[in-house]
Amino acid sequence: MTAPEYHAVSWNEPIIYEISRKGRRASMIPRIESEIREQIGEPSLPDMMRRKVAPKLPELSEPQVIRHYLRLSQQTFGVDSGIHIHGTCTMKYNPKINEAIARSAKSADTHPLQDEETVQGTLEVMFQLKKWLCQISGMDDFSLQPRGGAHAVLTNALMIGAYHKSKGEGDQRNEVITTIHSHPCNGGSAAVAGYKVLTLYPDRETGCPDLEALKSAVSKRTAALMVTDPYDTGVFDPKIDEYIKIIHEVGGLVAVDQANANSLLGRLRVGDIGADLCHFNLHKTFSAPHGSTGPGSAPVGVKAHLARFLPVPVVEFDGNKYYLDYDRPDSIGKVGQFFGVVPNMLKAYMWILSMGEEGLRETSEIAVLNNNYMIKKLSEVKGVTLPWAEKQPRRLQEARFSLGKLKDETGIGVNDVNRRIIDFGIQDSETSHEPWFIPEPLTPEPPESTSIEDIDTFVRTISLVCKEAYSNPEVVRSAPHRASIARMNLAPASDPNKWAMTWRAYVRKHHHQEVA
Amino acid sequence: MTAHPYIPNSVPEIKRKMLDELGLNDVESLFHVIPERLRFKGSLGLPKAASELEVRRRVEAILSKNKSSGELRSFVGGGCWQHWVPAACDEINARSEFLTAYAGDAYSDLGRYQAIFEFQSMVGELVDMDAVMFPLYDWPTASGDAIRMAVTVTGRREVLYSKSLSPERLSIMKSLSGSIANFKPIDYDPPTGQVDIDSLKRSISDRTAAVYLENPNYLGPLESACDDIAKIAHGRGALFVVGAEPLSLGIVTPPGEYGADIVTGEGQPLGIHPFYGGALMGFLAFRDEEKFANATGHRLITITETEREGEYGFTQILPERTMYAARERSVTFTGTATALWAITAATYLSILGPRGIKELATTIMQKATYALKKLSEISNIKAPIFQSPHFQEFTVEFDATGKTAGMVNRFLLDRGIQGGKVLQNEFPELRNAALYCITEVHTKSDIDDLALGIKEAIFN
Repeated sequence: MTAPEYHAVSWNEPIIYEISRKGRRASMIPRIESEIREQIGEPSLPDMMRRKVAPKLPELSEPQVIRHYLRLSQQTFGVDSGIHIHGTCTMKYNPKINEAIARSAKSADTHPLQDEETVQGTLEVMFQLKKWLCQISGMDDFSLQPRGGAHAVLTNALMIGAYHKSKGEGDQRNEVITTIHSHPCNGGSAAVAGYKVLTLYPDRETGCPDLEALKSAVSKRTAALMVTDPYDTGVFDPKIDEYIKIIHEVGGLVAVDQANANSLLGRLRVGDIGADLCHFNLHKTFSAPHGSTGPGSAPVGVKAHLARFLPVPVVEFDGNKYYLDYDRPDSIGKVGQFFGVVPNMLKAYMWILSMGEEGLRETSEIAVLNNNYMIKKLSEVKGVTLPWAEKQPRRLQEARFSLGKLKDETGIGVNDVNRRIIDFGIQDSETSHEPWFIPEPLTPEPPESTSIEDIDTFVRTISLVCKEAYSNPEVVRSAPHRASIARMNLAPASDPNKWAMTWRAYVRKHHHQEVA
Repeated sequence: MTAHPYIPNSVPEIKRKMLDELGLNDVESLFHVIPERLRFKGSLGLPKAASELEVRRRVEAILSKNKSSGELRSFVGGGCWQHWVPAACDEINARSEFLTAYAGDAYSDLGRYQAIFEFQSMVGELVDMDAVMFPLYDWPTASGDAIRMAVTVTGRREVLYSKSLSPERLSIMKSLSGSIANFKPIDYDPPTGQVDIDSLKRSISDRTAAVYLENPNYLGPLESACDDIAKIAHGRGALFVVGAEPLSLGIVTPPGEYGADIVTGEGQPLGIHPFYGGALMGFLAFRDEEKFANATGHRLITITETEREGEYGFTQILPERTMYAARERSVTFTGTATALWAITAATYLSILGPRGIKELATTIMQKATYALKKLSEISNIKAPIFQSPHFQEFTVEFDATGKTAGMVNRFLLDRGIQGGKVLQNEFPELRNAALYCITEVHTKSDIDDLALGIKEAIFN
């Protein structure tokens, strides 16, 4: 007998409504005292506002609820589950101690409006984290309020607007410049803030935009340059300081997206090279978990000349106590309720404590070493190429490969390969945000918590699947074979008569019934 | 340094082997892609690495300065609420697969998609709408996105909102949608605190994209004329956007039934600890129509089938709408949102079930009504200010007591009680008032102690 191959958990778990049974329940509601009941009676609502039919929630007992959601968790592939090196996301290990402390009552059961003197501990953590982020980035002040990278970019765009308005140029400066290999939120969030967005494209050889392209894009309408560096391709743009100079010369500001700063810790501080604004994603570089797509947390950093525009409140320390400063008349106001994703701040704070300064440097060293080791190995696989390899053989924390050659020679593209590697217990990899500038892009990122064994296994699996593409393409095309589910029918994605975001819509559209 | 516990390849021999593979002497040479002039050479001034036990001791010592709800009896809400959190919710959201997953599709991450679909399904039932999107950052950002949707669907810019709206939430909504929408306040009726229908009629026009209303509103009153408001909005071709408190919907008419086109709300009450306001989750439901779907850049997840009979899958609706594909042409940005809390909310609503949520909402409203009765027995204070049904939050006015709401809170705090949110800055017209909150976590004796404490504070 040989050992079995990997197979994902496949429970074929019903939708929870299908296992509901009338009368079952999983909750006993806190008793209302008889004195209250006698004095108050039933709540009094005007007839129009009284709900006539109870909401159709499923009816289960507690063991059934737990089994159901536990099974769903087992059919989910986290960082802890296996090889998970999805690029642009920095899927690093999320230490358990951080989770344990963040879930303690002193953290979880505190209310944002309780008196400041009763939350000095949390405020101290927030203040110290802000200071450390200043030291790591070279910025002068931080707001911890934004709840994700795109939210941070919006916040920065709003501060950029406030700055130009304060100079009397608010209406005139209505353009933001970005690059195609910056994260798309740099354009997307700037547009939500009201900006017209100009996008620069890389040249053929270096993977970076030409300096002349930027020069011809800037004008007195330029509000800011909002870019990621290193790019999502893993290429570090060495001209970043020259861009900053060009933008500053026309009166614009520069925001450098440091969502993924995993290659730069202790190596480069954007504040030192002239950036006016930046942001970090605590759920990437600083080890807060990704939570199945959130909650994230993305503090924004600014140089002193922009600090007055930060969202309110800002956490401050008067030498005696920590407090929330709302008295900031030039602030852009608020971008999210209360103070941001506090548990993630606590986790990032603990991660920095656990790593220390040396550990932060080591993080970047190993992340970059892992990546370049992976590049070396993966570049040897037939069908895989690394664009701009001649001029840019070394990448920082990630690399964007192309499977264009594989597609041309076998008909098998990156989406097929991604579905197939799942059969081997490997999470699919980032391709690229749209548009696909590189044909059939594949963007893995092996952060510092990835072992050499995992990198070797990943490369071996990609190699095996590429070989399959040449010898037996059908097995790749029809993948996955050992995942929780088989290939899906994607037609409802674009058919309003078939798509269903809720069970009731599904039952109505597909079975022509109402939910019982 | 020795190998770090979180870095498997920090063993010197492994590093050496990897460098050899690259033909390099040291890791430093990999960083040559960063020009010398840009490199940071100094010290960051951060502490040395700490062991797990040191981290625990140090952080627990810092957090010991906090008072948790077990040590401080709190009667404050105002955007984040204390509720019973079933242990099952903490169990499920601590599952490390959910906790550490991210961006895979349903082939690798079937479970998280199904849990989120179930969250969407249950929110749809709560608010009585067919379409619910992927969870969002928090209630006010969801409301800001709802305004973007309304402006896009109607092609109009003006948004009417009641002056009872929380100024904080309004500021956030403007951050999200101020570039395409103009916000215009309408009055609330001073005796009831509910929308002044005449003011609404005077303000609405063919330029109105949406009427935005929260129910119950920030100051506590339940809005009772929603039927009429929906008719007035629709009569002028505007959308009716409602921000709804989710637990109240156990007994309060769902917005979908009274004509809401878009519904938003805060999901934190659905089985999520307060976390100092750091664990919010906005939800957004909308009319299940193509023009509404096309008016958002957020993820929309649909159930689908697979090649195997009887098997479900889940995929994204019109992914080309999102920022990931449309970039600056997308109606809204999207990103890492709050899926872990949506999974928690699905667990919570399954725990509650239809009877549980009705009983819970009834209990909350009864206890709040009892608190109002006790407080209104205290001479010189007014509780509530507004003559309207209240669900869990209500105003208390101290103007005739000679004490400010802040002074009352100071007195209460010294007795281990957190009073309501002082409204002086946000609502100067209410003079000297605070917003109090009662939920199922409060016992009769908690409420009696609050009433006694306030009485002592006033006559002290």
